[in-house]
Amino acid sequence: MARDTVSFTLNGALVAVQNPDPTLTLLNWLRTNRALTGTKEGCTEGDCGACTIVIGDPDRTPHWQALNACIAFLPTLDGKSVITVEGLAKDGQLHPVQQALIEHHGSQCGFCTPGFVMSLYAHYRNHGAVDDDTLNDILAGNLCRCTGYAPIIRAAKAMFEYPKPEEITLATAQKSEMLNLTMTDPLSGTEKHYFAPQSLDELATLYGQYPQAVILAGSTDVGLWVTKQRKVLEVLIDIGRVEGFARVEKTRDGLIIGAGASYTHAHAALAQMYPALGELIRRIGSTQIRNAGTIGGNIANGSPIGDMPPPFIALGAELILRIGDKTRRIALEDFFVAYGKQDRAPGEFVEAVFVPDPAPGQRFMVAKISKRFDQDISALCGAFAMQLDGTKVTSIRIAYGGMAGIPARATEAETALLDKDWSEVHIRTAMTALGDDFTPMSDMRASAHYRLQAAQNLLWKFWLDDKAPYLAREVRHG
Amino acid sequence: MGKFSDVPHDSAHKHVTGKAVYIDDMPLLRGLLHLQIGLSTRAHARIISVDLDAVRTAPGVVCILTHKDIPAINDVSPTGSGDDPVFATDTVVYAGQAIFAVAATSLAAARYATAMAKIDYEDLPAVLTLDDARAAKSDLEPAQVMSNGDADAAIENAQHQLSGRLRIGGQDHFYLESQAAQCVPGEDNDLTVYSSTQHPSEVQHLIAHMLGRPSHNVTVQVRRMGGAFGGKETQAALIAAITALATCKTGRPARLVLDRDDDMVLTGKRHDFEIDYHCGFDDTGRLAGVCLDMAARCGCSMDLSAAINDRAMFHADNTYYLNKAHILSRRLRTNTVSATAFRGFGGPQGMMVIERVMDEIACVLSKDPLDVRKVNLYGGEGRDFTPYGQRVTDNIAPELIDELAHDADYAKRRNDVHAFNASHQYVRRGIALTPVKFGISFTTGFLNQAGALVHIYTDGSVHLNHGGTEMGQGLNTKIAQVVAEEFQIAVDQVKITATDTDKVPNTSATAASSGTDLNGMAAQRAAQTIKARLAEFAGGEAGCATEDVIFAGGRVIADDRDWSFATLVKEAYLARVSLSSTGFYATPDIYYDRSSHSGRPFYYYAYGAAISEVEIDVLTGESKILRVDILHDVGKSINPALDIGQIEGGFVQGAGWLTSEELVFDEQGILRTHAPSTYKIPACADRPAIFNVALFERGENLEDTIHRSKAVGEPPLMLAISVFSALTDAVASIDDYKTLPDLHAPATPESILQAITALKHEAKP
Repeated sequence: MARDTVSFTLNGALVAVQNPDPTLTLLNWLRTNRALTGTKEGCTEGDCGACTIVIGDPDRTPHWQALNACIAFLPTLDGKSVITVEGLAKDGQLHPVQQALIEHHGSQCGFCTPGFVMSLYAHYRNHGAVDDDTLNDILAGNLCRCTGYAPIIRAAKAMFEYPKPEEITLATAQKSEMLNLTMTDPLSGTEKHYFAPQSLDELATLYGQYPQAVILAGSTDVGLWVTKQRKVLEVLIDIGRVEGFARVEKTRDGLIIGAGASYTHAHAALAQMYPALGELIRRIGSTQIRNAGTIGGNIANGSPIGDMPPPFIALGAELILRIGDKTRRIALEDFFVAYGKQDRAPGEFVEAVFVPDPAPGQRFMVAKISKRFDQDISALCGAFAMQLDGTKVTSIRIAYGGMAGIPARATEAETALLDKDWSEVHIRTAMTALGDDFTPMSDMRASAHYRLQAAQNLLWKFWLDDKAPYLAREVRHG
Repeated sequence: MGKFSDVPHDSAHKHVTGKAVYIDDMPLLRGLLHLQIGLSTRAHARIISVDLDAVRTAPGVVCILTHKDIPAINDVSPTGSGDDPVFATDTVVYAGQAIFAVAATSLAAARYATAMAKIDYEDLPAVLTLDDARAAKSDLEPAQVMSNGDADAAIENAQHQLSGRLRIGGQDHFYLESQAAQCVPGEDNDLTVYSSTQHPSEVQHLIAHMLGRPSHNVTVQVRRMGGAFGGKETQAALIAAITALATCKTGRPARLVLDRDDDMVLTGKRHDFEIDYHCGFDDTGRLAGVCLDMAARCGCSMDLSAAINDRAMFHADNTYYLNKAHILSRRLRTNTVSATAFRGFGGPQGMMVIERVMDEIACVLSKDPLDVRKVNLYGGEGRDFTPYGQRVTDNIAPELIDELAHDADYAKRRNDVHAFNASHQYVRRGIALTPVKFGISFTTGFLNQAGALVHIYTDGSVHLNHGGTEMGQGLNTKIAQVVAEEFQIAVDQVKITATDTDKVPNTSATAASSGTDLNGMAAQRAAQTIKARLAEFAGGEAGCATEDVIFAGGRVIADDRDWSFATLVKEAYLARVSLSSTGFYATPDIYYDRSSHSGRPFYYYAYGAAISEVEIDVLTGESKILRVDILHDVGKSINPALDIGQIEGGFVQGAGWLTSEELVFDEQGILRTHAPSTYKIPACADRPAIFNVALFERGENLEDTIHRSKAVGEPPLMLAISVFSALTDAVASIDDYKTLPDLHAPATPESILQAITALKHEAKP
């Protein structure tokens, strides 16, 4: 059985939309079909946060999550509770988030304000207090060009001081039957399909049937294919409702992260295993992006500047791929063949990534360099994992993103260090060897020269970090 | 009842509930057409052919607009320079230029169709960089010179000399609401245009000009903008003009809302500059003379570049007496988007170079840069004339700087920074105090005028309209406060209405920080006119002199009579007293001779100072602002909360300009940073971790401005120069402050690491 109607609650009221355009964004639907224009379009790429709305989902932790409506396709909201800025005030009584923003002069031009309201609202629903560090995280995905953020921060700190309002409650997600939509694109005439399978087997069968399909997870990348590149996607398979696909499971020797697990979902477990990785994840995208985007997607899309592959490669992570009912397991670095090319057969998909536990005595560092600290794409990202026996390097894995067409290991640099003394002279040799490992390119994020110099300095920093951590303290926010 | 209080922004309730209406939020009218512009992909090329057949037949397309559809004049240049065509004709002069537009029944259809255009180009040599432009001598107008004596001789005879070059990047406005307009047809060929513009009158006049119709056919309305920052002063006209053209051609309402990428490639930005400096000074660091050679990349057209570059020259002194100054300014044409107004309007670039000079003098003399700044401040015998001959009579910089340095513990913290640097090899800190003196008035004299319109209805409620526009700065709130104060009624009794060219005509742009100064005075005068009539009526009723009638606390008292404001209004109406008035204001006492760049262009100066403390990572060039202390002069603040909002926001925007915001054009002249994914304005965590902002309590405008307040829109942006100076200071620690780092703006991680590397003469630690 399948159904062709997307249903969810909008500000507490049930909504059913039959056979919508699968790539209609929630933002366009809200603004055009529902005349709910409080949610704004600022960039259509999930970077400015003016379109932030909140979804409620009992299957997610936390239950209330901020999301960018500009890149969320309408069918992906199926079964969820959607709250927009119009849904907060009750009978003219403003929500504490709204009241605090007014009293602390938190809006100027007001265009970004609904997005800030919603990001703060999600936090308000999930928690009872907030501190500076948390605010930096929950607001990293909301740009304001007028206020300099200071009054918004003051408002956020005050929002818990108001009497608790009556809130919209969580709706129960609709679980039964696969969502199967078909419609003809009125402009291109293309027939568009959307499937939301419920089980892994269903997914494997469908993808076998439609190997040309685009696998849709958080749509933080695929969304932009539509909003920016204006692509018409013929077949979409949404993995968001596949049972068990978002699992984050501790095994005997590591962590299995299902390809459907969002950054938010996997964050705590990864941070516990590798605190440095936890800090890196805080800087990937924004809260909205991390609520939607998946770690599996960050790997599967093959980008040379994804932030998860370098640390995972350094840590010796493995990828579990599935086609039909067959699975295979490969070293993560082997997945990335060349720019735009991965070791993945038609119909084969990433099922999970396995991240091993820290080896005894392992030293690990990961550093991301970008023009802006938060919510920026890496100019480069370097990750280093090492074990010593006394002063001898017995294991070293170095991986970089942004230095080549794929995330890749620095094999020459590793060779310069392996089985050698962990000493300045060998580090310097390895730094030079990075020049043989990589010929980075120049683009709008950084020049080739800077990329190589910074990559070398990160290696130096890894050495310092071990020798004299107080000297290498990163300039970090918060 | 109104002035000197923290009244919240009049739209704050609407902002937080999503009920504030921006143009794209307006209800979709019957037959509304959605527009999309087809943009040039070449920086400089002859258009061989434009094949729009597939566009025309695409689903939903109603019509196509090109230059051939323009009834009268294909130009929207703000100053009549005639070099800003609505649509390109036979050549394109920048990548992103509008060539055609598609009107369709949905935005999706308009976009789908636009992508089907086939345009053949023949590339022409493109002038892209300042080096290209200097080599091509592509000056937009003759180089301008401001000079007050023989600076070369003064420099040569001084004890010390130094020279260098500073590169300063441009900046995208990144208002959150992109450019937008909607046009609705009326009777008699009338058009009502809703435009997100700082300059409704100019939009009106340019549309009329383009269509060959009288201005009275076109009405332009602006309720609010979702940010502007100068980017909607001239740049909104093109967008509005295209909607008007679509409506004229089809008789249907039309809407054009740029998506972010189109907005960023199509519309103008802050000018990037390269400034060569040469100066002489004595052992105390005091300047004997300064020679500056400023080159600005103006892009493909004149726009406001003349006035912007003039203002750069006017602010090359900042708070300092330059002694003998020779300031040369070159305005260079390039095949890039036309640079335009942006908060500060050239002033920031002018100030950047003199602050660099202060830092470099301090470095040469091994002095605290603050001491060098102080010894150069205006003040003292014969040291109070600017290079353009205006006497600085309101100079509060010395006391303001001292107060800030004292309150923020500058001396101790500078020692702490040095101690920190002595014990940290790979993380360094820097600290700097920089001041601001910003001239208030349009330097184009006739723009310093404003009008307002006030009505009182018979129930005592007040309707306020004025020529200024609301872009988030709280202008409407402040002006409502002024009117409420005049009538002594509550602010919420004053209804703020959309700026509308048929209520107040021939307005100036809301720009140059002048919104409250000009429109506040005009509104006050309108209110005073009505108030005088009411007083005369009340005096007559009570049998007392008009001067003895008192408006206070919502009441009007005359001798033994005491009315509520509303009751008096009602009685006055019945007695046939006019309850409506216009008000007009023109700034007095300003004059300026552009041929010699001398006179008194500014009515007064706004002052401020900031101390920034920063940290850099020596291995990667990453930086962070640790703490900022600001003391800023807004005269007597009409609304301290709104003024502090301008200061905080302006500072962070300025810090973005000088650190993370980098405009990257590739070798073909294509802008590669055209969305927030690639162009990085400050995010929440980039605000200073400690951010103390105070208003200068003794501040009071010496001139008779509205309630003795001062303008606040632009000046605080330049307080962020302290961040750049502090970063310079942090880098300078690498070789123990012996050399001034060759740091340029924006100070991205790459720019900082480059400066560090140059100091260390080798890349590796």
